[in-house]
Amino acid sequence: MITMENVCKSYKVAKRNAGFLEACKALFSREYEEIHALDNVSFTIRDGEMVGYIGPNGAGKSSTIKILSGILTPDSGTCLIDGRVPWKDRIRHVKEIGVVFGQRSQLWWDVPVIDSFELLKDIYSIPEQVYRSNLEELTDLLNLGELLRSPARQLSLGQRMRCEIAASLLHSPKILFLDEPTIGLDAVSKLAVRDFIKKQNETHGTTVILTTHDMQDIEALTNRIILIGKGRILMDGTINDIKQNDLTIDETVAQLYRSYEI
Amino acid sequence: MKKYLSFFRLRFTMGLQYRAAALAGIATQFFWGAMEILVFRAFYSADAGNFPMEFSAMVSYVWLQQAFLAFFSVWMLENEIFDTIMNGNIAYELCRPIDIYNMWFSRSIANRISRAVLRCFPILIIAALLPEPYGMSLPADIMHFIIFLITLILGLAVMVAFCMLIYVITFFTISPNGVRAILTSATEFLSGAIIPLPFFPRSIQRVLESLPFAAMQNVPLRIYSGNLTGAEMTWAVILQVFWLMVLVTGGKMLCAHAVRRATVQGG
Amino acid sequence: MLNKMIRAIKLYKHYISINIRSMMQYKASFFATVIGQFLVSFNVFLGIFVMFRRFNSVSGFTYSEVMLCYSIVLLEYTLAEMYARGFDTFSGMVRTGSFDRVLLRPRSEILQVLGNKFELTRIGRLMQAVVMFVYGITQSNVDWSVFRVITVVFMLIGGTMLFTGIFLIYAAICFFTLEGLEFMNILTNGAVEYGKYPISVYGKRMLQFTTFVIPYALVQYYPLMYILGRKSSPAYIFLPLLASLFLIPCYLLWRFGVRHYKSSGS
Repeated sequence: MITMENVCKSYKVAKRNAGFLEACKALFSREYEEIHALDNVSFTIRDGEMVGYIGPNGAGKSSTIKILSGILTPDSGTCLIDGRVPWKDRIRHVKEIGVVFGQRSQLWWDVPVIDSFELLKDIYSIPEQVYRSNLEELTDLLNLGELLRSPARQLSLGQRMRCEIAASLLHSPKILFLDEPTIGLDAVSKLAVRDFIKKQNETHGTTVILTTHDMQDIEALTNRIILIGKGRILMDGTINDIKQNDLTIDETVAQLYRSYEI
Repeated sequence: MKKYLSFFRLRFTMGLQYRAAALAGIATQFFWGAMEILVFRAFYSADAGNFPMEFSAMVSYVWLQQAFLAFFSVWMLENEIFDTIMNGNIAYELCRPIDIYNMWFSRSIANRISRAVLRCFPILIIAALLPEPYGMSLPADIMHFIIFLITLILGLAVMVAFCMLIYVITFFTISPNGVRAILTSATEFLSGAIIPLPFFPRSIQRVLESLPFAAMQNVPLRIYSGNLTGAEMTWAVILQVFWLMVLVTGGKMLCAHAVRRATVQGG
Repeated sequence: MLNKMIRAIKLYKHYISINIRSMMQYKASFFATVIGQFLVSFNVFLGIFVMFRRFNSVSGFTYSEVMLCYSIVLLEYTLAEMYARGFDTFSGMVRTGSFDRVLLRPRSEILQVLGNKFELTRIGRLMQAVVMFVYGITQSNVDWSVFRVITVVFMLIGGTMLFTGIFLIYAAICFFTLEGLEFMNILTNGAVEYGKYPISVYGKRMLQFTTFVIPYALVQYYPLMYILGRKSSPAYIFLPLLASLFLIPCYLLWRFGVRHYKSSGS
């Protein structure tokens, strides 16, 4: 179970203005701006749930994911995941989670994918038997077969994403964070990825938290949506709560953003 | 001309943006110069009679070397130009109404000047304020200073012309990075960047001085410090002009050849 | 505890093997870098060589003694750079956000950063250092005793640790700023470049600074004096090991940096 209560986080960012004179001025003094990335964020996610976490760019999505995965310490508020405070108990916590960043790779670029997997086996100290059966299952479901023998740099985006997802699940995590997993994928790969995530959730009861801009992802995968804007939770409900009959899901969300002025 | 001026401004502004980088660079180069002078001081006190330069001339040489590092470092090559050559985009450059050699040449000059301008003055000012004998001394007279400025620019031009040659040569080799590494470190050593040429044994120094590498930092730095005067100085300036012409002509010919080859290959 | 160590070593070996396999994908580039790296230190050697064609000694040190000094410093630095290059290129990890991935894995951050890059391309320079080392040992009229051999071994250990500490400081600074890192060149490249001569060459103040602030002299000047028989106190044998203690403040700074990173998120 994941609970987040009144979590706040703000950053200081240096202002950098354009222009020759401004650059000279910045030599001597620099202004800072405070940005509230998260403002009293609270929610609870039960085991085995699948949640879509949506909002425009800069709304605070990735700050939330970072806090939940233990890479970021909040300014205030509490967060408990299966009894652990993620940022205090890093090593114990990350053993139980898997994270996929759609825009960043965790595979070694120049060696065959299977070599990266073998390394992950040592990093996570996955027992041989568990590794074998997980690898077999993932290879089968994600149709990795041939891909495992080619270096990551030679894979297409869709092929690579399938490998990335497999890499994040080798150690059988209880929670899976997916940060824009379908970004830039072709239609076939998108469907394959969605289909797999759904199955993973059903058969293993993996809790899935998904951030995305692709509303078809949300529609295909989740019932529950958490909407964040300007660091605040604006809505926590189901698709049906917001869906209007005559609008497509994209139009619905666009209207939602407009109504919250985000 | 306006185009180059705005390019120069852009570079300069970019340099200013990163104030910490600029300050760190100045501090680093200052440290480098100081250590260099301390080493030479140790050798000087070990055997002053064998020291081939006036100590003060050596000090000026080192400070100028640090101040104009961006002028005379072979390894400050531009990756953009390398990439254009390596991936065959050089063929597209043909479509433009500008001579490709001249464009790269002036761009490299602008780049090096903008980098040096930001750093040279603080280093020179601090170096001038240092106490004897570690501070920089003034040149002998205004005439020598003017000749120094002229040869400084000539030296920069020779350096860039040589870099142009490196860019083009890599086009014809299998291992560009290896060739690049060998050429840059050989140039470093032969141009007097590691040890000023007067410190080499006399016979070797003779040979080195007639090579194009000596036409880079060796000439202006030694003229400023008064180590190179009279007929020797005139001869060195003539050699600078000679090598500049040879390198530019050779570079242009090879460049045209490379362009032709890239076009034939289909780019 | 022991079990944990064995697992860590096993993982580190796995990292090295994957590093080498990656590198071998680009053989031409690998050899070019080997040559390039070798030539940089070879130029330094040529510089010393040229100077000693003209001068017999500097601050009382002969050519072969300087060779011995430079070869040991170069060995220390190159060994540190080979295995701790992950710290030396750490700004890239912070910039691209791949340190996030390190934090997402259930292993020590340091082990993962070390494993991220094993720099085999320094092999050419390592060989140069070995050749100079042999020359220095055979030509510098050292009266070799067990204690002097032990001193050399301690120098290599202590120096490698010291340079590792410097790299660790560099990496820790990356957590706070990615600008102005050029300054750190003084402590890394500068130390090896100017460590070619015994530090006393640079004067008394430099010797004090490198004794008490950043203890280069403890792995270079003092033990060298003992080896050459100019100091006899056995305390000099152990000074290089004392320099390894420098790792402690470096490690604390690193811990502090990691904590800062986790609270600033970038």
